[in-house]
Amino acid sequence: MKIDCKHVWDHISAYIDGDVDAALRAEIDRHLEHCEICSAVMDSTRNVVILIADERVFAIPAGYSERLHTRLEAVFAAGSSGP
Amino acid sequence: MRSPGGLTIGCNLFLSKASTVCGTAIFNIFNEKFRRRICKRKGWQADNEQVTSAIKSGTPVGESSAETIVRILAGEAHLFHALIKPVERAVFVMLFMLLRNESDAEDVAQETFIKVFRNLRSFRGESKFSTWVLSITRNEGLAWLRKHASRPEEPLEPVLDDTSGDYTPALLTDWREVPLEALERKELGQHLCRAILNLPPIYRDVVQLRDIDELDVQETANVLGITAGSVKVRLHRARTMLQKELVPLLKEFAPASTRWGRGFFGRRV
Repeated sequence: MKIDCKHVWDHISAYIDGDVDAALRAEIDRHLEHCEICSAVMDSTRNVVILIADERVFAIPAGYSERLHTRLEAVFAAGSSGP
Repeated sequence: MRSPGGLTIGCNLFLSKASTVCGTAIFNIFNEKFRRRICKRKGWQADNEQVTSAIKSGTPVGESSAETIVRILAGEAHLFHALIKPVERAVFVMLFMLLRNESDAEDVAQETFIKVFRNLRSFRGESKFSTWVLSITRNEGLAWLRKHASRPEEPLEPVLDDTSGDYTPALLTDWREVPLEALERKELGQHLCRAILNLPPIYRDVVQLRDIDELDVQETANVLGITAGSVKVRLHRARTMLQKELVPLLKEFAPASTRWGRGFFGRRV
């Protein structure tokens, strides 16, 4: 089986997640060896996936956790409608 | 209670953190980050990570969420603090993405956790506690949006189905990896944040749960009430859309003199 660029693009996400079977992975790897464009698409997509997972992208407001737990303490203290 | 930042919206959320990244360790950090993600998704998470997490959260080492819940239901309400610690961030981010307002998201997050506490008895353990909490969070966020329908809001229902559309990546030949340390530059975080928030809701949802909260495919499907297959299709399209949108913007954040790209995963160096 010889795959083209479009076929590789269809599997980028699954490839990044390790969710392609060994035969397809080998085909994609062979394609990436000689295709500059697909290599760059694969690398850039993986790079984006790694970057967006970083906690600095969506930062939590300062004091969020403290305010949450203070509020919960008040609920616990009220007691009547606990779990 | 409201956050002092009040009406801060969107990517202004990005706050710079003190850098802990050494310039010479960029390559290792990339590898480690990716290894951790892959291991996590495959269920190979190292025991020591669990222990570390347990110590940080105050939960007795080895005690599962289910055991902690039993103790909370028996009257040890204070253990609820430790129980929800690991999911606090994900709840806020989910609500922020839905409500697009930091203060509203925090308010609804508090109400959500109170609801979780009061309904703890109905948690059956059929899913992970975190997945259950995120399902409640999503319902609370959507209910809030319905209640405040007069304000500009995004469509609640999917605007695209899973079979239509053209999802072609940005084609390029000269990609250079953007290292995590580049996130010290505020503008990079803003680009990423804006691109995610601008995704159509059905795609943004899967990106949030899979790539930000790092849930697995089935957990994501459970929270969203869709099939695992749909999660994969939507994630693929979402990542392609993000790549297409971000590649032109991210190039300037790549190191000027070092080409990380080809060598990173064993291809041409």
